[in-house]
Amino acid sequence: MDIFLQNLANGLSLGSLYALIAIGYTMVYGILRLINFAHGEIFMLGAYFLYYGVLIFNLPWWLSFIVAVILTAIAGMLTERFAYRPLRKAPRISILISAIGVSFFLQNAGIVVFSGVPKSFHRPAIFDHMFIFGNIRISSITFASIVISLIFLMGLLFIVYRTKTGLAMRAISTDIETARLMAVNVDQTISITFAIGSALAAVGGILWALKYPQIFPLMGMIPGLKAFIAAVLGGIGNIFGAMIGGFILGMAEILLVGFMPQLSGYRDAFAFLILIIILLFKPDGLMGKNVQEKV
Amino acid sequence: MKKKILFFVLMGLFILSSVVVAQDVIKIGVFEPMTGPFAVGGELSMQGYRLAQMQNPTVLGKKIELVVVDNKSDKVEAANAVSRLVNHNDVVAILGSYSSGLTIPGAEVANKAKVPMVVATATNPLVTMGKEYIYRACFIDPFQGSALAKYTYNNLGIKKAAMLVDVAQDYSVGLANFYNRTYKELGGEIVSNLKYQTGDQDFSAQMTQITSTDAGALFFPGYFGDVALIATQGRELGFKGVYMGGDTLDNPKLLEIAGEHAEGVVATTFYHPDAPAATEASQIFIDEFIKEYDEEPNAVSVMTYDAYNLLISAIEKAGSTDADAIKDALASTEDFVGAGGTITIDDMGNAIRPAVVIKVVNGEFVYEATIQP
Repeated sequence: MDIFLQNLANGLSLGSLYALIAIGYTMVYGILRLINFAHGEIFMLGAYFLYYGVLIFNLPWWLSFIVAVILTAIAGMLTERFAYRPLRKAPRISILISAIGVSFFLQNAGIVVFSGVPKSFHRPAIFDHMFIFGNIRISSITFASIVISLIFLMGLLFIVYRTKTGLAMRAISTDIETARLMAVNVDQTISITFAIGSALAAVGGILWALKYPQIFPLMGMIPGLKAFIAAVLGGIGNIFGAMIGGFILGMAEILLVGFMPQLSGYRDAFAFLILIIILLFKPDGLMGKNVQEKV
Repeated sequence: MKKKILFFVLMGLFILSSVVVAQDVIKIGVFEPMTGPFAVGGELSMQGYRLAQMQNPTVLGKKIELVVVDNKSDKVEAANAVSRLVNHNDVVAILGSYSSGLTIPGAEVANKAKVPMVVATATNPLVTMGKEYIYRACFIDPFQGSALAKYTYNNLGIKKAAMLVDVAQDYSVGLANFYNRTYKELGGEIVSNLKYQTGDQDFSAQMTQITSTDAGALFFPGYFGDVALIATQGRELGFKGVYMGGDTLDNPKLLEIAGEHAEGVVATTFYHPDAPAATEASQIFIDEFIKEYDEEPNAVSVMTYDAYNLLISAIEKAGSTDADAIKDALASTEDFVGAGGTITIDDMGNAIRPAVVIKVVNGEFVYEATIQP
C-alpha cells in the first residue's frame, strides 16, 4: 500500500510538470493551429537563463527566476517574429517544418553557446526539503509544481475567457482574416500568445531543473515530446485538457514502472503507444471537441 | 577572368599544401564525444591525449597530428566518424572512444578497413572480440563486474543487492550481467533488477520499488549524469543502502550534480593517485597534468594518456606506419610502463591490469583497495 501511495505521489509530481509544459503547447496550438515543436527548446532556454542569472550575474534566486521567465518570453516572441510570422499565409506544413527547424537550431545553438556538457543546477534549500508522511516522501518541488500549475491554469483561463486580449485570441483561433477585419491587432495578439506560452515553458523548465538538477542543451527534447503527447491526450487546443493529459501521462508512466518493473525499460515506448492509441481511436483527445474543418 | 585565375591558383596551393602536409606528419585519428550526454567524457579524454601529444609530439622522426572528430555521443555518428577518419583523413591509426556503446560500432569500421585502433576506456568485451586490429589499454567488464560483486559480498558483507541498468548502453547491460553472475555464484541475492534508458530523468518509480526491498546495496552501472540523478532521487525517497558502480562513476560531474547524495558511492576504476600501482611515469604525469590544466588528474585522462603513448611506442617499434606492423607491435605489448600502471596485452587484445576501488568521502574520491586480476 505504501508503495502504491508513494507512486501516486511520484506520478502527481511528474504529471504536474508535464501538465505545465503541455498547457503552453496546447495554447499556441489552440490559437494558431501550429504545433510548436520548438516548445521543448524554449523550456531548455528558461532553465539556462536562470542558471546563468544566478551563476554569472550573481542575482538572488527569485530575481533570476523573474528575469529568466521574461527573457524566455522574449525568446518565444522572437521565434514567432522571425520563423513563423513570415510563413503565416503559407500552407500549414511549411510552418510546421519551420518549427522543427527552430527546434534543431536552438538545440545546436545551445551546444555551441552553453557547451554540450551537462551543468549542475543550483537548488535553493527550500526545494531540498522532503515532506514525510508515514512512509510516503514528497518533495517540496512537487507541491510547488502542482500549485504553480493550478495557478497558471486559472490565470490562463482568466486571460482567454475574461479579457479583451483573450477575446482577440479566440477570434483569431476561429478565423484570422475575419478577426483582422474586425480590427483585432493580429500580430500583437499572436506575439502575446507566444510570450505567455514561452513564459509557461520557462517556468516548466525551471521546475524541471529543480527536480532533476542537471541541465544540458537537449534536455527539452523528451519533456517536449511528452508534453505534446499530454496535449494530444487531453485534446489539443484545450487548456484544461492539457492539464488533465499531463497528469494522466505522468501517472501512467510511473504506475507502469511501479507495477510492472520488468517493463521499466519501455517507459518512453509506452508513452508513445498512448499517443498512437489516442490518435487512432479518439483523435480529438479526452476533452477535445470535434472541430469542423473549414471548406 | 581574374576571379577564375585566382581560383585555380588557390586550388593549386591547396593541393600542394595537402601533399606537403601529408609527407611531414603522421595522422592519428581520435573519435570522441565532444557534444551530447558524454561530452564530459570526451573532454576528459582529450586532456589525456593532448598532454601526451605535448610530451611526445613526434614518432619515426615525423610530427604527429591528432585529427579529432566528434561522434556526438551517438552510435551511428561514431561509425560515421571512424569512416571519415579512415576514408577522408587517411589516418594511420585511431584512438577512442569514451564509452563502449560508441566504441563498438567505431571499432567495427576500423577493423574492416584494417586500421589499428587503441581504446582507452571502453570496457565491454565486444569492443575487441574477434577484431584483430583493435587493442585496449583498460581492463574489461567481466573482470570489473566480478571484482565489484566480490567487493560487495566479501568486503562489505552485503548479501542482498538491487540493480538499476541502462538498457540503451552496451556497457551497462554487460557490466550488470557480469556482476549478477558473480554475485549469485558467491551466494548473494539480487532482490530487484530494474531498467532505464540513457537520458531518462525521472527514476522515482524505480527507486520507490528498490527502497521497498531490503537490498543493502544498489548496483547502477550507468553513466555519471544519469547516475547522479538516480543517487539524488534514491536518497530523497529514503533508500539507505550503498551505491555501487563501475569506472564511469569516476567523474567530477557526478560529485557536482549529486552533491551530498553521492556520499559513500563505491566504484571500480583504472587509477587513483594514492593507489600502489603507480609507476615512475605516474609522478611525471601527475605533475605535468596539474601544471597544464590546474586540476587533479582523473582516471579517464590517465587512460587516454596511456593509450596515446602505447600507440606511439607500437609505431616506433613497428618502424613504419604499415597497419599490420603496428598491429603486430601492439599485440606483442608486454610490461608497457604507463602512468596508470603496467600494461600487458593478452591474446584477445585486452590489457591485463588491476582494478582500483574508490569511494566518495566528504565530496572526494578516496582510494579504498586494489583488486588484482
